[in-house]
Amino acid sequence: MSLFINAGAQGLLWAVMAIGVYITYRILDIADLTAEGCFTLGAAVTCRLITGGVSPLVSTVAALGAGLVAGLVTGVLHTKFKIPALLAGILTMTALWSVNLRVMGKSNIPLLKKGTLLTMLSDMGLEKDVAAIVAGLILTVLVIAFLWWFFNTETGYVIRATGDNKNMISAQGVDTNKTIIIGVMLGNGLIALSASLVAQYNSFADISMGIGTIVIGLASVIIGEVVFGKRNILHSLIAVALGSVLYRIIIAIVLKLGLRADDMKLISAVMLVIALCFPGVRDMVTKNLKNSVKRGGSQNA
Amino acid sequence: MLKLSEVHQIFEQGTINEKHVLKGIDLDVEQGDFITIIGGNGAGKSTMLNAIAGNFVITSGKIEIDNTDVTRMPVYKRAKHIGRVFQDPRMGTATDMTIEENLAIAYRRGKPRTLKWGITNKERDYFREVLSQLDLGLENRLKDKTRFLSGGQRQALTLLMASFHHPKILLLDEHTAALDPKTAAKVLELTVKIVGENKLTAMMVTHNMRDALRVGNRLIMMNKGNCILNINAEEKKGLDVPDLLNMFEKASGEKMENDRMLLD
Ligand SMILES: Nc1ncnc2c1ncn2[C@@H]1O[C@H](COP(=O)(O)OP(=O)(O)OP(=O)(O)O)[C@@H](O)[C@H]1O
Ligand SMILES: [Mg+2]
Repeated sequence: MSLFINAGAQGLLWAVMAIGVYITYRILDIADLTAEGCFTLGAAVTCRLITGGVSPLVSTVAALGAGLVAGLVTGVLHTKFKIPALLAGILTMTALWSVNLRVMGKSNIPLLKKGTLLTMLSDMGLEKDVAAIVAGLILTVLVIAFLWWFFNTETGYVIRATGDNKNMISAQGVDTNKTIIIGVMLGNGLIALSASLVAQYNSFADISMGIGTIVIGLASVIIGEVVFGKRNILHSLIAVALGSVLYRIIIAIVLKLGLRADDMKLISAVMLVIALCFPGVRDMVTKNLKNSVKRGGSQNA
Repeated sequence: MLKLSEVHQIFEQGTINEKHVLKGIDLDVEQGDFITIIGGNGAGKSTMLNAIAGNFVITSGKIEIDNTDVTRMPVYKRAKHIGRVFQDPRMGTATDMTIEENLAIAYRRGKPRTLKWGITNKERDYFREVLSQLDLGLENRLKDKTRFLSGGQRQALTLLMASFHHPKILLLDEHTAALDPKTAAKVLELTVKIVGENKLTAMMVTHNMRDALRVGNRLIMMNKGNCILNINAEEKKGLDVPDLLNMFEKASGEKMENDRMLLD
């Protein structure tokens, strides 16, 4: 039972990250590897600030801001400099490695006995994992509510249409550079926000904690969509969050079967491979990757 | 209204794949003209429409809309003046978005996209009304994703989206080519109706010679990157398909070659 509570806690903390990946990968139709560096960035910023005495809430919001900036860099590289999205993400991710070391000053920052958003909840008498579930749930619900509203505004409509059909949306007078930049910023902002909470849960930030982010995110998105469906935007967002929880439960079960925590990344990759073996799933994923490698332009011959 | 002067387009200039596709097109489109465009495979018809819409910056020459030089203006800025329907029915709508969402995006063309709600109930009522005029049963399917529509329904929808707010120019590139004959006829009829009712200026590429003669007030023939014939309303009236083929052969010195061309 505690195994599932723990999996639920992790799933909900990571759910916002999965939603961030969903935004770039599904809505914008871009495979954005910024995620890997951005996740560490969110954790790094939060831990550095908290150990420096800044309040946990401000430190968490700062992580969101840092993620938005990372997304801005990738977005500009891709749209203004016409660098293929996949490569633009790799460039930012690589650069972020150094940025993250600068932010942290060393490769690992423990939070020790510093107060975090999660300890604020446990101080109220909640057990650690329950506190994580409460915090993760509140954040996930807030994020989903925000995104549901945002993607139903004029701006949200044209961002969705950009990923769906660039050709159509530019013919409708929309500057796709702008919509892509906003979308990539939003996605990475959420990834960093999720990382901030994860760091507060783990009580540390580590330079390599972002490795595997994209695989975990994609696995959550695909599991969510396959199991829970994707009728409309709200439905999809909830499905992805649940996908993240389901992913953690699967991992927990696999670990229970005797694999070690060190095998996590291998398990994640294998899970994604298994999911990709389903023909329908494979088609929708490879289509997206092809689009990301291609350059942005849309031509009608 | 729309003026092309000495428009050249060379793709992949300076490489072994260099292709000189438009070779000095001069064209004057008057307000209210409905021009049909015919020509062989690879004549440059689509390229000319793409050049007008701004998909690329032309190699040389000038394009003006209402005496404003738009030669270097990107697609999304020109879109304020230009409505488009493409040959491929999938190109005109966002397929994972609903009919009403697509319509709402088009309905607010030219306005800044803010954080206001994407669609209002008033708009919904209006969309239902215009859709019911299409007579395709779409008025009851506002919340369906457009991926579930047939090719003809999508083209009709795209046509509606393109003509909201009366664009200065409507560009139609073989927009009925992917449809079965009956649906194609219906969409063409709708096109004529929309262009007529709104007094739009339109350019329509077609491979159907009869449609090219029957519809519109002017006709242009293209061959190998040139406009080889520019037929005005007076001349157009008396023509039939064999006349047209003869004129093409005389002007180009060869037979019309278009594998999709319909002669009757
Ligand atoms: N983006 C591009 N890059 C390179 N070549 C191109 C491009 N777009 C068009 N072409 C070439 O330009 C030529 C004219 O193409 P275009 O599509 O304008 O012909 P078309 O008259 O529309 O023919 P069709 O009747 O087959 O549609 C073709 O040889 C085509 O290969
Ligand atoms: Mg063509």
